[in-house]
Amino acid sequence: MLEITNLIKRYGQDEPVLKGLDLAVEGNSVVAIVGASGAGKSTLLRCINRLVEPTSGSIKLNGTEIVNLRRRELRRVRRKIGMVFQGFNLIDRLTVMENVLAGRLGYVSLFQAVTRRFPAEDIERAFALMERVGIAHYANKRADELSGGERQRVGVVRALMQEPEVLLADEPTASLDPRTSEQIMMLLQSLASELSLPVLINIHNVAQARSYTDRIVGLRHGTMIFDGTPVEFDKEALDAIYGGIESPEDASTTPERGSKERESDHDPT
Amino acid sequence: MTRPDPSEKSDARAWRKPPFIANPLLRYGLLALLAGYLSWALTTLPFNWERIGEGLPRAARIFGGGFPPNFSRFDLLLTGFTESLQIAILATLLGVLLSIPFAVMAARNIAPLPIYLLGRTVIIVSRSFHPVIVAILFVAAVGFGPLAGILTLTLYSIGFVGKLLAEEIEEIDWGQVEAMRSTGAGYLATLYYAVFPQILPRQVGLSMYQLDSNLRASAVVGIVGAGGIGSTLMNAFGRYDYDFAFAILLVIIAVILISEGVSGWVRKRIW
Repeated sequence: MLEITNLIKRYGQDEPVLKGLDLAVEGNSVVAIVGASGAGKSTLLRCINRLVEPTSGSIKLNGTEIVNLRRRELRRVRRKIGMVFQGFNLIDRLTVMENVLAGRLGYVSLFQAVTRRFPAEDIERAFALMERVGIAHYANKRADELSGGERQRVGVVRALMQEPEVLLADEPTASLDPRTSEQIMMLLQSLASELSLPVLINIHNVAQARSYTDRIVGLRHGTMIFDGTPVEFDKEALDAIYGGIESPEDASTTPERGSKERESDHDPT
Repeated sequence: MTRPDPSEKSDARAWRKPPFIANPLLRYGLLALLAGYLSWALTTLPFNWERIGEGLPRAARIFGGGFPPNFSRFDLLLTGFTESLQIAILATLLGVLLSIPFAVMAARNIAPLPIYLLGRTVIIVSRSFHPVIVAILFVAAVGFGPLAGILTLTLYSIGFVGKLLAEEIEEIDWGQVEAMRSTGAGYLATLYYAVFPQILPRQVGLSMYQLDSNLRASAVVGIVGAGGIGSTLMNAFGRYDYDFAFAILLVIIAVILISEGVSGWVRKRIW
C-alpha cells in the first residue's frame, strides 16, 4: 500500500509544483494520473522513488517512510518501486537481456553486475517475464534495434524484474503510436492483476485512462482536483483539469522552467 | 499569375548578406587594428636578411646531403622505431586507462563538486604543458631513455582523453542514469550500466586517435632524450649524417601515414 500525505515539492523559491498532495493506493488497483503539462504529474511519480527530492510531506510504501531515507536504505526501497519511462530509458548499446537483468542491479553485487554473472533464478525470471510479454526471442538483440512498443515491453520487464511492490509509469505510451500504446496499456492492466501490483500511470490520453484504469486522479497546478472512478470522470472534470479559466500564475509557472530545474536537481546517490 | 518584370529596376528589392559584425565602427576598427599590428610586427621583428641569404645555400647543402637517403644502417633505424612504438603503445594503454577515472571525476553531472574540481585540476595541469617541456622535466627526473618518454606521453594522454571523455560524459542521455537509479543500483553499478556503454564508442575512437598522436609525439620527445626514434634522429643530425637522418624522416612519415589510415578505418568501423 502506498500512502502519500501532504506532499509538497518546490523547485528553488518558485511556486510549489506540488501543493500538499494526499493520495493512497492499495491492492492491485491501476490509477491514472491526468493533468495538463506542468501540473506536477511527473514530479509526483519521481518523488515516490526520490528521483526528485520532496520538499516536505510523507510517502509510505507498505509502512516504510521513504522521504527521509539515506543512501543505502533509499536504494533498498527503490528496489521495491519499479518505474517505466516515456522515453523507455533503455541502455541502447546493451542487449535486451542485459537491460532486463539491469532490473536486478539493486540486488546483485557489483562484481556480478559487471561480469554479467547474474543468479540462475534471475535469468529464469527474466526469460519467464520476457515470454509473458512476447520479447523472449530478442534476448540477444541490441536494445536499440527494437521497435518502440517492443522497447517499452523491455522497460516494463526491467521494472518487474525488481519484484516491485508498486509500479510507476511516467507517460509510458506517449512516444508510441495509438495501436501500440493501447497494447502497452492493456499489458500494464493485466500485469497489475496477475501480480496483484498497484500501478500509477501518468497519462495524457484520457480515453485510455478511462478504459484501462480503475481510478482516475486529476491534478491541476499541484493540487488534486479530481479523484474517482472512470465512470465519474465526466466532461465537467475534464474541463476542470485541462480547460476552463486559466489560473493567474499560468504565465509565470510554465512547465518549461519546471523541467529545466528538474534536470539540475539530481540527487547525490 | 504574373511574373515580375526584371526591367522594372526601381521596384526590385535589393538584398545583401548582413555583415558578420553589425556595428560598422567595430568592423572597420578591427580591420584597421589588424593592419596596424601586422605592419608593426613585420617592421620590429629582427629579420636578418643577410643571414637568411647566407643560410639558403647551407639549407641546400643539408638537403643535398640528404639525397639519396641512406638506409644502410637499417638495424639502428629499426631499433629506434621499435622503441618508439613500444613507448607509444604503452603510454596510450596507461593513459587511456587512467583517463577513465579522471574523466568520471571531472564530469559535473556525475561527480560531487569537490571531486569535480580535483578531476578538472588534474586534467588542466596535465594539459597545460607541451609534451616536449614535460619530457625535459621527466628526463631530468628519471634520466635519459624510454621511461621518461612513457611517463610524458601517459600524462599527455590522460589530459587529452580525460578532457574529451569528461565532456562526453556530461552529454550522456540522463534518462538511462535515472532508470538505473530507480532500480536501486549503486553508484558504481550505475556507472557501469548507464554511463560506460554510452561513452564506449567515443572512448575507442579517442584511444585510436591518441595512439596515432602518441606515435608522432614519441618521435618529438625523443629529441630531448626521452628515447625512441627521436634520439636516433638527433644523433644522426649531430654527426652530420644527413642521408641517414633523411631516411629516418621518410620512415617516420610512412609510419604516421599508415597509423592514420588504420586508426581512421577502425574509428569508422566502430561508430
